[in-house]
Amino acid sequence: MILKRISRYAALIMAAALAASAFSGCGGSADTSADTEEEEKTAEAQTLTVSDPEYYTKFKDAGISINVYNWGEYISTGAEAGTLDVNSEFTKLTGIKVNYTNYATNEELYAKLKGGGASYDVIIPSDYMISKMIKENMVQPLDFENIPNFKYIMDNFRNMAYDPENSYSVPYTWGTVGIIYDKTMIDLPKDEIDWDLLWNKDYSDQILMFDNPRDAFAIAEIMQGYSINTEDSDELADAARKLTEQKNVVQGYVMDEIFDKMGAGDALIAPYYAGDALTILDENEDLGFVIPKSGTNLFIDAMCIPAGAKQKEAAEMYINFMCEPDVAYANIDYICYSTPHQAAYDMLDEDVKNNPVSYPDQDFISEHTTVFVNLSDKANKQMQDLWTEMKSAQAENENTWLVPIFLILCLGVTIFVLIRRQIKKKKDIF
Amino acid sequence: MKKLGKIYLGAVLMFLYVPIFVLIVFSFNETKSRSVFSGFTLDWYRKLIHNDIIISSLINTIIIAVIASIVSTILGTLAAIGINNMRRVPKAMVMNITNMPIINPEIVTGVSLMLLFVFFAARMNLEFGFQTLVIAHITFDVPYVILNIMPKFRQMDPHLYEAAQDLGCGPAKAFFKVVLPEIMPGVVSGFLMAFTYSLDDFVISYFTSGSTSQTLPITIYSMTRRKVSPEINALSAIIFAVVVIILLIKNFVENKQAKKA
Amino acid sequence: MKKKILAAPYLVWMAVFIVVPLIMVAYFALTDNAGKFTIKNISDVGQYANIFVRSIWLSVIATAICLVVAYPVSFLLSRMEKHKQGTMLMIVMLPMWMNFLLRTYAWMTLLGNNGIINHLLGLIGLGPYKLINTSGAVVLGMVYNYLPFMILPLYSVMEKIDKSVLEAASDLGCSSMNVLFKVIVPLSLPGITSGITMVFVPAISTFIISRMLGGGSNLLIGDLIEMQFLGNSYNPNLGAAISLVLMVIILMIMTIMNQFSPDDQVLM
Repeated sequence: MILKRISRYAALIMAAALAASAFSGCGGSADTSADTEEEEKTAEAQTLTVSDPEYYTKFKDAGISINVYNWGEYISTGAEAGTLDVNSEFTKLTGIKVNYTNYATNEELYAKLKGGGASYDVIIPSDYMISKMIKENMVQPLDFENIPNFKYIMDNFRNMAYDPENSYSVPYTWGTVGIIYDKTMIDLPKDEIDWDLLWNKDYSDQILMFDNPRDAFAIAEIMQGYSINTEDSDELADAARKLTEQKNVVQGYVMDEIFDKMGAGDALIAPYYAGDALTILDENEDLGFVIPKSGTNLFIDAMCIPAGAKQKEAAEMYINFMCEPDVAYANIDYICYSTPHQAAYDMLDEDVKNNPVSYPDQDFISEHTTVFVNLSDKANKQMQDLWTEMKSAQAENENTWLVPIFLILCLGVTIFVLIRRQIKKKKDIF
Repeated sequence: MKKLGKIYLGAVLMFLYVPIFVLIVFSFNETKSRSVFSGFTLDWYRKLIHNDIIISSLINTIIIAVIASIVSTILGTLAAIGINNMRRVPKAMVMNITNMPIINPEIVTGVSLMLLFVFFAARMNLEFGFQTLVIAHITFDVPYVILNIMPKFRQMDPHLYEAAQDLGCGPAKAFFKVVLPEIMPGVVSGFLMAFTYSLDDFVISYFTSGSTSQTLPITIYSMTRRKVSPEINALSAIIFAVVVIILLIKNFVENKQAKKA
Repeated sequence: MKKKILAAPYLVWMAVFIVVPLIMVAYFALTDNAGKFTIKNISDVGQYANIFVRSIWLSVIATAICLVVAYPVSFLLSRMEKHKQGTMLMIVMLPMWMNFLLRTYAWMTLLGNNGIINHLLGLIGLGPYKLINTSGAVVLGMVYNYLPFMILPLYSVMEKIDKSVLEAASDLGCSSMNVLFKVIVPLSLPGITSGITMVFVPAISTFIISRMLGGGSNLLIGDLIEMQFLGNSYNPNLGAAISLVLMVIILMIMTIMNQFSPDDQVLM
C-alpha cells in the first residue's frame, strides 16, 4: 500500500536532525516567522553538476526539439536571481530545444492529448490520470536504461498503485490539499478550521474554489463522509448538490489564478495544493494554511511519455535530467512541492524537512489522506456531467423572468415587422 | 449643447483609455501590487526582454502574420478578379461562403478547423503547430482581402480593360497596367487588415495551435492564468506605444497624400 | 471567360477549410464517439438551456449599452469638421488595436476586491464592493471590448448624412426630437443593424471575458464549447452540437436583423 510506503519515509523525517539552518522560500509555514536578513545571507546561486555529462551529449548536434507539457508554475524558471532556468540549462547541456507549454488541470491535459492533434514528448499528469492514460494506451512504457537517475527516487514512491510495475512514470512531486485563509480576517484557531469554512456564509464572495471536477468533488465528498474515490451515483449526486449549494458563497472558480487573487488579498479563503500554498504564503504574510483533519487528498505527479511521442529517447533524457539532484532540488526549491527524490530531499533545509505542511508525519498521512484512483468511465462521465451542470446552475440572485419576456418581445417584433412588410408588398403590387 | 457633447466624448474616451493607462502606469511599479504605486522601476521591462517564451512567441506571431497575410492577399486578389467575372448566381453563392468566416463566431471557426486538423493529423503527417496556425490564419484572412477589393471593381469602369486591349495591350499587360493600379488601394488595405487580424487573433489560434508554436496572444492568455508578473503590464505598454507610433505614421502619410492631391 | 479560373485556388481553399470543417462540425454533432448516428448530442444541448439564456441575455444587454453609448459618439464624430474627424476616429479606435486579452486583463486589475476602484473607494470610506466575478463585470468587459465595433459602422453611415438634410428638416418645422427619430435614425438604420450584429456575435460566443471577469461561475456558450474541446469535460461530439445550435441562433438573429434593414444587403 502507498500509505505504508509513505509511512516508512515519514519515519525518516522524524529521525532528521532538528538544527535549523538557512531559511528557504518554501519554509513559510504559518508558524514560522521569516528572517529576511538571514534569508538574503544564505541565498546563494544554485549550481548545476550532472552525474554523467557523456550521456547528455548523444543528440548534441542533431538539432532536435522536444515538446514538454507541464502544469503552470511547476518548474524552476530562473525568474528569481540565483535560481536555475531548468529548460535552458537542458538545452545548453544537450543541444535539444525545449518547447515548453502549460496546462491548468489534468482534464485539460487529457482533452489536448485525446484530441489527437498535438504531439508531446513529456507530460506530468497526476496519479489517477496516469492510470486512466495507461488504461487507454495514451502513454508508453519508459526505457529505464535511459533514466539512470531513477535510482534517486525513494523506494516508497516506486510501484505506486497507479503504475504498479512502475514502467510508465517517474514521480516528480507529491503533496496534499489544504485551505489557504487570511489569518487577519478569519478569527478561528487553526485546528478548528475544516472544509466547511468553504461553505461559510459569513465569508460570502470571499471564497475561491477549484476549477476542476475531481478536486472540487473530493472536498464535497469528504464533507459528506464519502470516499473521495466513490463511484456510487447517489453519492456523486449528493456531492454535486453540496457544490451547487456552495455556489452562492463562491467568488470564483480558479486554478493558478489563485496565486494572484490570494496574494493580492482579493479573496480570503481558497483550497489549493500545499506546495503552491507555501509559495503564496511567502508573498502575503497575512495568510495561513491548514490541512483539514477531516481528511484530504494526497497526490503524486509523475513524468510520462505519451504514446505518440516523436522523440522518445530525448524525452527520456529530459526526464533523467529532471532527476539530476541539482535540478530536482532547484525545482523543488522553487515550486515548494514535496519531493520523492532522495538526493534533493537531503539537500533541503532542516526547517523545510520539518515543515508539517510539506512533509506531514506518518500518522497524519495514514489517517487523514487518500490517494485518488481512476474512476470507472461511467462514474467519470457522471462527474463531468454533474460538474458542468453545477457550473451552469443559476445563481440565486438572477431574475428568471427577464429572458423569457425578452425572447417573447423579440419574437413579437419580428412577426410585426414581417407582417408589415407583407402588407407593404401587397400595397406595392396594386 | 456643444459643450455637453464634448463632455460626453471626453467621458467615453476616458472609459476607453483609463484601463490601458492604469496598466501602463503599473508597469513601472516597484512591487507586484496592482493597486498601490510604491516606486519607479524599469525592472519589468528588463525581465520582459529576457523572457524567452515571450520573445519567441512574438517572433512566431510576426512570421505567421507575414506569411498568412501575403498568401491571403495573393489568393484573395486572384479570387476577387475571378469572382468579379462570374455570373450573378455563382457570384452570390461564392460571396455568401466568403462571408461565412466573418459572420460565424470565431469559436465555431476555430473548433471546426480543429476538427479538420485532427482528422488530417490522424491520417497524414500533420502536426498541430506552425502549419495548422498558418492555414487557419490564411482561412480567416482571405475573406477580408476579398471584401476590401470587391468594391474597387464596382467603382472601376469595366471598359477600361477593353480599351487597353484595343490599344494593343496583351491580357497580362492590360491587367498589370490598368486593372491592378485601379484595385491597388483595396489590395493594400486588405493586406493590412489581414496582417492586423493575424497579429491579434486569439480564439482561432487557441484551438489550432499545438505543442510547438505559440503565438503572442496565446502566451498572454497563459500568463494571465498563472502567477501574474508585471511583465505583462510592460508588454502592454510596449504594444500600446508601437500601435500609437504606427497610427501616427499612417496619419502623417495620409495627410501628406491628401495635401498633394 | 478564362479569368474566372483565377478564383479556382481560392474556391478549392474555401471548400477544404471552410465548407468541409463546417460539415465536420455537423457530422460530429450527429454521431456518438463510436461514429454512429445519434441525435442525443443535440437533445443534450437542452440541458444547458440556462447557459444559452444567460449568454443571450448578457450579450443583449451589452449590445444595447453599446448602441446607447456609441450612437451619440458616432453622431458627434460625424458632425465635426472634416479634418478633425479622421484624427478623432483614430483616437476612438486606437484601444481596439491593443490585444483584447490585455484590455480584459486591465479590467481584472481594476475590478478586484483589492483592485484600484475598491482601493479609491476605500479612501473616501466606501466599499469594498464585489465588482469582479459578477455578470455585471462580464457585461462591462463586453461593452469595453466591442464598443468600437458599434461606433465604426454607425459613424460610416452618419458621415454620409448631409448637414443640409438635417437643416432642411428643422426648417420645415421638425423639433430636434423629430429630427432624430424621423431623419437621423431611419437614415442610420443600416449602421445600427450591422453594429448590432458586429457586437452581438462576438459577445454571445466569447469565452475569455467570462473566464477572466466572470470567475468561472458565469458560464457562457463559448465556455461550454471550450470545455468540451480543450477543457474539463472532454466531449467533442457534444461540443460540436452546441456549436451547431449556436450557429443556428446566430443565423436566426441575422435574419431578424435583416428584416430591419431597408434593402436585403449582406450585412457588414
